[in-house]
Amino acid sequence: MQDLINLFRNNIRQYGMIIALVLITALFWVLTEGIIFKPLNITNLILQNGFILVLAVGMVLVIITGNIDLSVGSVVAFVGAIAGVLMINNNVPVLLAIVLSILVGALIGVWQGFWIAYIGIPSFIVTLAGMLIFRGLTLYLLDGQSLAPFPDSFGVLSGGFLPDISSSGELHILTIILSGILSLVLVYMEFKNRKTQLQYNFEVVPMWITITKLALLVIVINWFAYQLALNKGIPMVLIIVFVLIVIYTFVMNNTVMGRHIYATGGNKKAADLSGIKTKRVVFWVFVNNGVIAALAGLMFASRLDSATPAAGNMLELDAIAAVFIGGASMAGGVGTVIGAIVGGLVMGVMNNGMSLIGIGIDWQQAIKGMVLLIAVGFDVYNKNKAGN
Amino acid sequence: MSDYILEMRNITKTFPGVKALDDVNLKVEKGEIHALVGENGAGKSTLMKVLSGVYPSGSYDGEIYFDQKECHFKDIKQSENVGIVIIHQELALSPFLSIAENIYLGNERQSKSIMKWQETFAESKKLLERVGLKDSPETAVMNIGVGKQQLVEIAKALSKNVKLLILDEPTAALNETDSANLLKLLNELKKQGITSILISHKLNEVSSISDSITILRDGQTIETIDTKEEKASEDRIIKGMVGRELTSRFPDRTAVIGETIFEVKDWNVHHPGQRDRKVIDNVNIHIRRGEIVGLAGLMGAGRTELAMSIFGKVYGKKITGSLHKNGEEIQANTVSEAIKHGLAYVSEDRKTYGLNLIDDIKRNITLSNLKRISSNSIIDENKEITEAQLLREKLNIKTPTLEQLAGNLSGGNQQKIVLSKWIFTEPDILILDEPTRGIDVGAKFEIYSQINELAAEGLGVLVISSELPEVLGLSDRIYVMNDGRITGELERGEADQESVMRYMTGSGGANNAGLN
Repeated sequence: MQDLINLFRNNIRQYGMIIALVLITALFWVLTEGIIFKPLNITNLILQNGFILVLAVGMVLVIITGNIDLSVGSVVAFVGAIAGVLMINNNVPVLLAIVLSILVGALIGVWQGFWIAYIGIPSFIVTLAGMLIFRGLTLYLLDGQSLAPFPDSFGVLSGGFLPDISSSGELHILTIILSGILSLVLVYMEFKNRKTQLQYNFEVVPMWITITKLALLVIVINWFAYQLALNKGIPMVLIIVFVLIVIYTFVMNNTVMGRHIYATGGNKKAADLSGIKTKRVVFWVFVNNGVIAALAGLMFASRLDSATPAAGNMLELDAIAAVFIGGASMAGGVGTVIGAIVGGLVMGVMNNGMSLIGIGIDWQQAIKGMVLLIAVGFDVYNKNKAGN
Repeated sequence: MSDYILEMRNITKTFPGVKALDDVNLKVEKGEIHALVGENGAGKSTLMKVLSGVYPSGSYDGEIYFDQKECHFKDIKQSENVGIVIIHQELALSPFLSIAENIYLGNERQSKSIMKWQETFAESKKLLERVGLKDSPETAVMNIGVGKQQLVEIAKALSKNVKLLILDEPTAALNETDSANLLKLLNELKKQGITSILISHKLNEVSSISDSITILRDGQTIETIDTKEEKASEDRIIKGMVGRELTSRFPDRTAVIGETIFEVKDWNVHHPGQRDRKVIDNVNIHIRRGEIVGLAGLMGAGRTELAMSIFGKVYGKKITGSLHKNGEEIQANTVSEAIKHGLAYVSEDRKTYGLNLIDDIKRNITLSNLKRISSNSIIDENKEITEAQLLREKLNIKTPTLEQLAGNLSGGNQQKIVLSKWIFTEPDILILDEPTRGIDVGAKFEIYSQINELAAEGLGVLVISSELPEVLGLSDRIYVMNDGRITGELERGEADQESVMRYMTGSGGANNAGLN
């Protein structure tokens, strides 16, 4: 038991986040009388919040370098508008239009990254300007009107599901198989990791904690997959989010680039003196965030099946909130992709749950604001306590 | 005698693990200029912080009497209320505000929170006249030079009815004319009855202006010289400053010195902010394989600036001169180029320039040379652990695991991490800037052994240090810097504390001819 308490105490940041997610979910489970866990609603929750999760993945990198990006909401709208103009007005093939839209996102990143990294204008200012610039350009492109509808094949990006291997029965078989495979991979990796740690004489948690943790994880994943299988299976959105999590977690933890990003945010002067080209790091992180925002913009447009001038309004704040709820620090150097995802899920569950019980958009905003304040306040309180 | 304005009796101040002040006594007579001298780290600043209340009453032992009354200052405000004002080396002026606003900052001329501008400017004008500054009080502070800013600070002190003015290295950033003006002003103020304590490394100033001189060494009062009774020559002061024993022992070593590995030729560097100010003035140095070269100098001599301008031109503007490795000229315009050429620089400020305190030990060690543990940009974490483990054992870094955050370790262990980090880059030339600042004796010895070992492996090592025993104990050869110039070069045999200190304070001997 003492092990468990120590484990919790040393990782209060990570576990606190997950516990908050569990508590909030439980709260809405009670308040919505279980509707939140209905298969249809779980699918909806993913479809509604997928692009927040995607944006959070890009945003966490920006915030780890000690910067901020306020422009992503406008970039979402602008890229949607570009896609609309290409596909609807000019009949450009869907795939080509997607590639071009992503390219536009990258160019936006180049533009903002240039001013921030090489000219030295604070990211807050550059992206605040970007927020206005790209919203304005969206209005110009769309002439203040919505463009609709997109070609059907574009809808797959937000509304598509993984096809099943057999069309028989109520249950989506492929979903069950994939979640089984994922469970096995997780178990294998955890034990491999443990073995390496033992090999290098690292302190490891007791076996029973590892097993309990894995058991809980496997149960949650499979229960979740089972619910999805009862509906239409795995949505495309979930696949996109999952792939992004895997790629970016790997980049941040296992590559030289990831190290350079953490080092730049953790202590820029020391990173400079270690031969890291911190300007280049910041530049590429913004280019990356442009690409991610473009991807989210495409998902958003696909979901609405139209390009609208108001798309993505205030979305940057949801993404930023998700990252901070997920344990990142304003000063940079701290934060994880998984944390940002958990933070995004907290926001998502609240959006969904509050809509289900009929709380108006007015109180939704206020309550989300309070949650952000409390989450970060808790974090700061813990850090101060540890400091003394 | 009862005309002491200030008496500090038996002041003792300890920080965790270090006794910064040990039973210090300081007596200052009313209306005199009292100089406080000592090496870097002798305890001068700490003593003044105790006096001004930066370290509040209760955090130290001993008594302070000001105007015959015992004082217990809890903060700076309280010491200012009785008339003690300290002017720090880094001036505390707000650059965008006017001279007048700065003078009355925190002490505004007001009536019910509404600024009285007329009075502010009129009173400022009078104060500026007293310090001999002719600029308009409406000028923004950023538009006047450092020398004048110093005068604004003094005017600010006068506005608070100062009785005891403390100046910490007031002339360090000033040119000759400004320094002379400032010293003249101090004499003027003395005639008006204001007592001053002057902290300075410039011994010619000290010996020409002060009425008495207190010498501190290793947190203890060594002596107070009354210049009315005894003429205090620079040599006399130096003798008091350096009489330190070689307490921290140095590991034995037989140097095997090879050919010249690194050379800096005709090196000139200008200040990044004040471009017409030369920080490094025509420096020529060389380091040989297997040699430990010391670089001595007082604070502000330009040692760190020299090192950081060599290391990828991190410091300075308008840098001219050339670097040579094994006889061939090399270009090192960025840090990564410098690292590629086998240069390594261990900064004096490990927390700001050396470590990412919120990351763990192994990641800090490998940061400068991730290539060594990665293929195709993907890091092999097992290799990272193995390599970091080797260095941890080699340098005896005391930590439960390599995953401990660097910020949680003691100074000595942090220093070992920074050293490991640069050993990990497999350098040929290692520059160490104050490698043992603020760490305990045991860790010092370990770091000295490590330095010796690296030299024995054939590296050229340059050690910058303010501690004379360290420079003398470690080095095969010593360069001494003063005011951006190399003022002396001494072989191990011919160097002693007094000769080095003489070059450091710029009162050098005749044998520096041909060096510049």
